[in-house]
Amino acid sequence: MEIGGLIAYLVSLAIMAGIYAVFCLGLNIQWGYTGLFNIGIAGFFAIGAYTSALVTSPMPKGVYAQYVHQLFGLNMPFVAGMGAAAIMCGIIAYLIGYPTLRLGEDYLAIATLGIAEAIRLVFNNEPWIANGPRGLMGLPQPLQNLVSPHNYNYLYLVIVLVVMAIIFIAIEKGIRSPWGRVLRAIREDEVSAAMSGKDIFHFKMQSFIFGSMVMGVAGALYAHYTKAISPDVFTPLYGTFVIWVMLMAGGSGNNKGAILGAYVIWGIWIGSQFATDFLPATLQSRAPYIRFLLIGVLLEVILLYRPQGLLGEEKKVSKWVED
Amino acid sequence: MLELFIYGIVLGGIIALGAVGLTLVYGIIRFANFAHGDLMTGGAYIALFLVTDFLAWLGVPDVIFHPLSFGLRMAIAFPIAMFLVGIVAIIFDRILYKKLREKKSSAVIMAMSSLGAAFIMRMIILIIWGADSLFYRPGVLRPALDLPLGVKIRPDQIFILVAVCFLIVLVHVFLKNSKMGKAMRATSDNMDLALVSGIDTEKIIIWTWGIGGALAAAGGILYGIDVQLHPYMGWNFLIPIFAATILGTIGNMYGALVGGLIIGVAQQMSTAFLMPTYKPAVAFVIMILILLIRPKGIFGGSS
Repeated sequence: MEIGGLIAYLVSLAIMAGIYAVFCLGLNIQWGYTGLFNIGIAGFFAIGAYTSALVTSPMPKGVYAQYVHQLFGLNMPFVAGMGAAAIMCGIIAYLIGYPTLRLGEDYLAIATLGIAEAIRLVFNNEPWIANGPRGLMGLPQPLQNLVSPHNYNYLYLVIVLVVMAIIFIAIEKGIRSPWGRVLRAIREDEVSAAMSGKDIFHFKMQSFIFGSMVMGVAGALYAHYTKAISPDVFTPLYGTFVIWVMLMAGGSGNNKGAILGAYVIWGIWIGSQFATDFLPATLQSRAPYIRFLLIGVLLEVILLYRPQGLLGEEKKVSKWVED
Repeated sequence: MLELFIYGIVLGGIIALGAVGLTLVYGIIRFANFAHGDLMTGGAYIALFLVTDFLAWLGVPDVIFHPLSFGLRMAIAFPIAMFLVGIVAIIFDRILYKKLREKKSSAVIMAMSSLGAAFIMRMIILIIWGADSLFYRPGVLRPALDLPLGVKIRPDQIFILVAVCFLIVLVHVFLKNSKMGKAMRATSDNMDLALVSGIDTEKIIIWTWGIGGALAAAGGILYGIDVQLHPYMGWNFLIPIFAATILGTIGNMYGALVGGLIIGVAQQMSTAFLMPTYKPAVAFVIMILILLIRPKGIFGGSS
């Protein structure tokens, strides 16, 4: 491969890992800082991606309208799409959080798992919302007239990194505030946090909504990068499990770890693709399953032998506390 | 409608086999086992291996028990697959959950570990058998019997009902009368009290996994006989079995049975006015309603 091709390949890898890093930041708010076990990330992924797609794309016209059905097409700018994605995910998070966040921690897990499956079923079976299983294609990309299509990925990498940086700073500010310290107190010991007069339910709800909104933004970033989305993308495997492994690998409770984990695991995932090229031909067609098996084993190894991940949690989050 | 109700009872019985195991694990080992659905898949595929490969290789004759769609090989494979999945569940406990218990990891970490175990099992099945739907006996005709009131039912479905009843009664007798069963119920009611009465909890945990795994395998095989085998079949059962478990109060075996039947009937009846693909969503909606109205389930006291 010549050098230009290699760089282009690395850029596409960095974009996808960057999008996953934004998911990890969202999950880190929920799991890393508050201890909320959300295993329906794929649902927020789908809602974010579809909302932004519908808000930014124009309504199909002419012959095209016979083949593509969508609920609406507002033809609005990318930033509006991202904002709408975040708001929709926030609403879904409220609806899921309301019945479950007062109950034990597993209830949220089961409910998020259920909503993710339900969302995928709805997009698959209701073609009038977003074209059913065929999905939406040719989604607009932000600032696409600025550079030639050949070099567009460089620009998109910058967009992803800027969004990631803004979210990173916002979470760091939040976590280093009294609000963030309440979240960590709830994670460590709900009863004593409640005894200090903190309304556990509301703080959990805020954390769950905030994290889900970040996931919505990540879903929007994904939709405008691949330009094509369909319900099969948002499976528990690609949409939830990989993101969990990334956060656990990088270090939950550490935003830098969340980003690092996304890049490391995505690197391993892509790298393993080359490794499976050496497999015998009979196993080639099942290579993706072998790679996922290894990712699953990796999660178990992390949970057993290095639950803090690569970086571990930053214990000190106030500049007023001495080391 | 009556026909859908009866199909719902059949499906509910299969869900109940999953839910009874899940609720035992939940009540005794105290975490949400997200691998339980994939134990069902594992049972179905182990039985497939036994029926189509191993028993054929051993030279067991391929006799069919008419009018059922399966025969001698399945009759031998069924209990063996149940036993093997019980062993698989115990092995997962030894290499994963036992170590996490010793490290005093929280229940959520164990649940996450079980999610990993679910994916590992499913990937192994996908690597060996691929992603297509399979049948125990491809191409066999499965005519339905005509019952009064215009109900059509296949002999296989009647067998499923009988098998579910038999297994549930077996577990009931075991829990009520055997020493181990009594110890399991005591542990489920109050772990600390069980410990001070000198109950060996590690032994209880092994038995719980064994029984839970075996029941899950039975559910998976029965679904395979009724419909088909698919690597995602157990994962699609996960929401219904959790819904049944919560509906019937976590830790309550009879509740899980009732919950399973309610969820199964609701799922089948919903196909009268919804697309059948929405079945998992129906279970999910019932679960959310229960969480809103009565989070402790129908058999739970108000706290």
